[in-house]
Amino acid sequence: MNIVVCVKQVPDTATERKLRSDDKTLDRDAADGVVNELDEYAVEEALRLKEAHGGEVTVLTMGPDKASDTIRKALAMGADKAVHLVDDALHGSDALGTSHALAQTLKKIGFDLVVLGSESTDARTGVLAAMLAERLNVPQLTFANKVEVNGSAITIQRVTDYGYDRVEASLPAVVSVVEKINEPRYPSFKGIMAAKKKPVEKLGVADAEIDAAQVGLANAWSEVTDFAAAPPRAAGTIVKDEGDGGAKAADFLASKKFI
Amino acid sequence: MSEVLVLVEHVEGQVKKVTLELLTLARKLGAPSAVWAGPGYSAEAKAKLAEYGAEKIYVADSADIADYVVAPKAELLAQLVSSASPAAVLVAATAEAKEIAGRLAIKIDSGVLTDAVGIGEGLVADQSIFGGGVNVQSRVTKGTPIIAVRPNATPVEAAAGAGAEEQVSVAVSDAAKVAKVVERVKEEKGARPELTEAAIVVSGGRGVGSAENFSIIEKLADSLGAAVGASRAATDAGWYPHQFQVGQTGKTVSPQLYIAAGISGAIQHRAGMQTAKTIVAINKDPEAPIFELADYGVVGDLNQVVPQLTEEISKRK
Ligand SMILES: Cc1cc2nc3c(=O)[nH]c(=O)nc-3n(C[C@H](O)[C@H](O)[C@H](O)COP(=O)(O)OP(=O)(O)OC[C@H]3O[C@@H](n4cnc5c(N)ncnc54)[C@H](O)[C@@H]3O)c2cc1C
Repeated sequence: MNIVVCVKQVPDTATERKLRSDDKTLDRDAADGVVNELDEYAVEEALRLKEAHGGEVTVLTMGPDKASDTIRKALAMGADKAVHLVDDALHGSDALGTSHALAQTLKKIGFDLVVLGSESTDARTGVLAAMLAERLNVPQLTFANKVEVNGSAITIQRVTDYGYDRVEASLPAVVSVVEKINEPRYPSFKGIMAAKKKPVEKLGVADAEIDAAQVGLANAWSEVTDFAAAPPRAAGTIVKDEGDGGAKAADFLASKKFI
Repeated sequence: MSEVLVLVEHVEGQVKKVTLELLTLARKLGAPSAVWAGPGYSAEAKAKLAEYGAEKIYVADSADIADYVVAPKAELLAQLVSSASPAAVLVAATAEAKEIAGRLAIKIDSGVLTDAVGIGEGLVADQSIFGGGVNVQSRVTKGTPIIAVRPNATPVEAAAGAGAEEQVSVAVSDAAKVAKVVERVKEEKGARPELTEAAIVVSGGRGVGSAENFSIIEKLADSLGAAVGASRAATDAGWYPHQFQVGQTGKTVSPQLYIAAGISGAIQHRAGMQTAKTIVAINKDPEAPIFELADYGVVGDLNQVVPQLTEEISKRK
């Protein structure tokens, strides 16, 4: 099975994240870049599927040069090779532009299964996997907490508000995963060393036959018109429980008219 | 006045509160047209939608719209956008509706904004990003704006609309029938308000200690008519079902009141609750980061504090 796992480099959620004042895009220099957490679960699931069914796992990343760290991490976990979509023309692409760029690349490199995290910690739109399924015209198997492949049949459990749906489809397909699906492995020392020798192919907009008029900030379908840091929350009252903590909390709730 | 399409969220034939919020919002932007997709439509649903301002109600209630993942609903909306030329399409910012919005955006070549907490003049959407750290205004620049609005972000006001019903026949394409829902498994817990819609949410974390002990969280929730939430530590441990997880990979909630008991306040948890209007924390560790957010905090053992709070609330009712 030819599995492509899409990973994204995002600013570390533990550091302060900002937008750039000049073009109102994410300030990638302000914070450390890390692998989007959910994408580690996607890589893990891809590796488990390969271990069970054979085949190959290719990492696909779109992002600046610096995103190569993210690729190395996924290769160190055990992926076989990588494609790095890197081009200044891609800077500032919105979800529509990004899905176009990734879909074109996926068509070019070929796949039986595409695996993604169900959302990124920076944009948090949660739409990319659905958009890829639409663009690639393949089944959308998103928000999976369980994936089973049997020949060309694939079944997932799709997490819903009330529990889950069991969804059936055939390959090729796009899957997105939630963090309940597995426990990502840590790269071993051997894995880290091996990753240095694994092939990483760099592709630009032209190489992947991406329509330059559909990507980049200037061609986005939406724009940020303004932004500001949210006003900090006023410091609250903290009391120590002296046997009356519950009663005091009730006083507070009453003062706010909740009771 | 142009139509504004509002995709109706419904469960077992009942219109969800977020739809009433969207209709209220849509009235400021144009003439609200509710779009009912999937089985369960009734006279009662029609009355509710009209009561909150739906001028038109498009009804596509065949089963196959709901039997396949997301794609049929996107097709339905695309068809309506081409026939009605609306000023905008509003959906709730739930996981599924955002996916519908995403696929629709591609079909009609239009921009999409997710997780809006308000919509102003010129269809400019307010969004809160980076776990509530930054407020952003954005707008769609191409096509028909598609905006996913967060539940609980806008007030609900009734104002009767004509509620003119129009049956829509959609021939779901073969391409939209490739991911079939073969079973729906319900793990519902009791009759509490739904997490994302509730005015009050009481959440428990690792500090609760066990599945059995979640009953003290439930009792507090019931005394306030609240929904129950949980941290990932609690859902991972199997103490509470996953669909009640609040946070980055769980639900995003914006209630009037959020009570966190035995939750440390990790960044991933905060991402799902930081926009709550009032936050109360109960934690035995005075250094727990949740206290940085709290309007009111009690440093103490939740096994003492929570039952006492429940009792006090019951007494004062
Ligand atoms: C990809 C990814 C996604 C994630 N998504 C989410 C998410 O959606 N939601 C989420 O919540 N987390 C999420 N997390 C996990 C998050 O990082 C934290 O691990 C988690 O929130 C911790 O849960 P907790 O606060 O219940 O547990 P802990 O951090 O262990 O905190 C327990 C707290 O309970 C207190 N306590 C213990 N006993 C008592 C007592 N008797 N009385 C009072 N207080 C007590 C302790 O002082 C402590 O502060 C995610 C992590 C990753 C990597």
